[in-house]
Amino acid sequence: MKPYNILIVGVGGQGILLASRVIGTAALKENYDVKVSEVHGMAQRGGSVVTHVKLAQKVYSPLIEKGEADLIISFEQLEAFRWAPYLRKEGTLIVNTQKINPMPVIIGNAQYPKEIIPKLKDHFSHVHDIDAFGISKQIGNTKAVNTVLLGVSAHFIDLQKESWYSTLQEVIPPAHLDMNIKAFESGYNHISTI
Amino acid sequence: MRRLMLGNEAIARGAYEAGVTVACAYPGTPSTEIMEYMAKYEDIYSEWSPNEKVSLEVAIGASLGGARALCAMKHVGLNVAADPLFTISYTGINGGLVIVVADDPGMHSSQNEQDSRYYARFSKVPMLEPSDSNECTAYVKKAFEISESFDTPVLVRLTTRIAHSQSIVGLHEKSNYTLKNYDKNLSKYVMIPSNARVRRVEVEKKMDRLYTYADTVDINTLQWGSKDIGIITSGVSYQYAKEAFPDASFLKLGMVHPLPEKTIQEFAAQVQTLYVIEELEPFIEDQIKKMGIPVQGKNLLPIIGELNVQILKEKISEEPPTPTLTLSESIPVRPPVLCPGCPHRAVYFILKKLALHVSGDIGCYSLGALPPMEAMDTCICMGASVSAVLGMEKAQGPDFAKKSVAVVGESTFIHSGITGLIDIVYNKGNSTILILDNSTTGMTGHQDNPTTGFTIKGEPTKQIDLIALCKAVGVDRVQVVDPFDLPELERIICEETSASEPSVIIAQRPCVLLKGIALNPPLYVNEEKCKNCGACLKLGCPAMESLGTHVKINEAVCRGCGLCIPTCKFNALEKVGEANETV
Repeated sequence: MKPYNILIVGVGGQGILLASRVIGTAALKENYDVKVSEVHGMAQRGGSVVTHVKLAQKVYSPLIEKGEADLIISFEQLEAFRWAPYLRKEGTLIVNTQKINPMPVIIGNAQYPKEIIPKLKDHFSHVHDIDAFGISKQIGNTKAVNTVLLGVSAHFIDLQKESWYSTLQEVIPPAHLDMNIKAFESGYNHISTI
Repeated sequence: MRRLMLGNEAIARGAYEAGVTVACAYPGTPSTEIMEYMAKYEDIYSEWSPNEKVSLEVAIGASLGGARALCAMKHVGLNVAADPLFTISYTGINGGLVIVVADDPGMHSSQNEQDSRYYARFSKVPMLEPSDSNECTAYVKKAFEISESFDTPVLVRLTTRIAHSQSIVGLHEKSNYTLKNYDKNLSKYVMIPSNARVRRVEVEKKMDRLYTYADTVDINTLQWGSKDIGIITSGVSYQYAKEAFPDASFLKLGMVHPLPEKTIQEFAAQVQTLYVIEELEPFIEDQIKKMGIPVQGKNLLPIIGELNVQILKEKISEEPPTPTLTLSESIPVRPPVLCPGCPHRAVYFILKKLALHVSGDIGCYSLGALPPMEAMDTCICMGASVSAVLGMEKAQGPDFAKKSVAVVGESTFIHSGITGLIDIVYNKGNSTILILDNSTTGMTGHQDNPTTGFTIKGEPTKQIDLIALCKAVGVDRVQVVDPFDLPELERIICEETSASEPSVIIAQRPCVLLKGIALNPPLYVNEEKCKNCGACLKLGCPAMESLGTHVKINEAVCRGCGLCIPTCKFNALEKVGEANETV
């Protein structure tokens, strides 16, 4: 059982907590020791948000250190850039191409960095950029960005298909399940086209 | 059976397994979810109390009434509840009483970084500190045993990384605790001086017995490894230390007050170098030094903020950090913001326009202090907006009251703003209080409160009438306004600040994140009409940006609230179709 560290980053309110809970619960089904460290409270109001998910035979610290993430799932471009120092050199970075301006940019006190994805690709050889918002919109629900990204990440997390599906059934309210399964599969199938 | 649980959920599980039947809290990050999960157990009476003092007093009453009772709060909440805490330590309990307090090292969502372990010493109450979710469940059960064996309340201390980390919990059966009889016992429970002096002696006897117990309790554990390094630690610091130094010897403290002096002496004698690894203050370290044992601790480790594995490796074993990508360009910070569609934005827009002094408070609306609004002058503690605005008036004179307002959320107002308002009326102030009533306790994740008309279990209950409440304490001028009606809001604020008597303005509009609030289609900018004048950007809405030639609305972020529409004198901000009337 190889230790696997996943950092999920984005902007408060994007549905990051749900994504980390799905991964954690699915990993528990496969007898990993699991720790998921979340952010609640003030940062959830549109701040920079990070959730740590650690899978191993035995996990002590709930936090991933710089340079020790095997996978970063970023819900937003700037946040991918901000948290990139946490990725191992050979790690995988999934980045939703969506941009959300932070307040210093909106009020003209700072610039949103340009060409983030090419810069990340210069540093890391496994960068996958995905328009998860676009895919989510095509499915007909712009709130499914998190499930689309989970579908993409399923390629890189060593868990069985059944674990993902049974977890989605447990975690997502029945009324939204079909749409989320569709979103998960759209994300999963998207990667082959990259 | 095993489940992945937040530390907070695991605390509630422990309470359930211990047979708790009464539980109370006021919401506060990072403790809030304890009571949210507690309320899901049908057998447990759960409540959102108006504040932490009331909460602890209800739990005390339940304990004296023979039930096992639990009360939860964030670190600063224990300041509010400190009054009953210090005296329940004297009287002792009847049914077990456990107080869970969640500290926030690093101040992720708090106004200070106080180390609540000192409360345990100060109030002479034992304190346990779990280091993962499974221990949260186990230690709550242990805390009830200790509470009843030693006739004392017991504190359980969490920190953010324990409260808000999920790890695996083994589930057990609920114990069959039976309600104890309630027997009248005046000398034990009536703390008039003559009785308190007698109980004061009992407190010291209790602590003596607890010091002995600390050397035998099974939640203080020795883990022998290499004897070159010995580490005494507890809570999440244990997890960091175990990952940083897997081969060292450990004395892991599950009980952080009182300390097991004999065990510490023996452990220290067997290791080459002794380290205490603890977040925040040198609470354990100072006591070990007092035992005459040389120890390394805060001479190496920071006293401010959280620890992590990297800090321990760098400071203790002087290991260089893992080389990582260093970014050459600066990355803009992303502070939290008022949500798109937030009713508070409208209020701050007007307060800023009128250039008023704003005495602020704790909640989502504290974000009005950040750019571009910067429309809140002070934020100290729950309720301070209302009392401090009177103090400012008394310092600066009555004219100052015409240029100032207090801003307080409805839940915070009930928590401790109402007493300040009584002070304003009683002591002849002229203050204007803006109660931002968004129908929920927002920042902590949407909890009901006495003004919403629902209990924590979602049952309908009597809804506090804010207008009648303010009038009842003697405020004759009370007005209600929808903050999205900007001209009316501005008119009312001007009218009330100029009045030479106390007034209350209730700005009423539900939080945009509440269930059932209609989500309108995003607005768009008519690029031909937009002159890029920047007037709309003054709202500080995260959905808007200037592209240099015109403003653009981010469709993924905009909630279609329409607050920006009247800010544009060129009518460039447009709705799509007819269906998206603002709520």
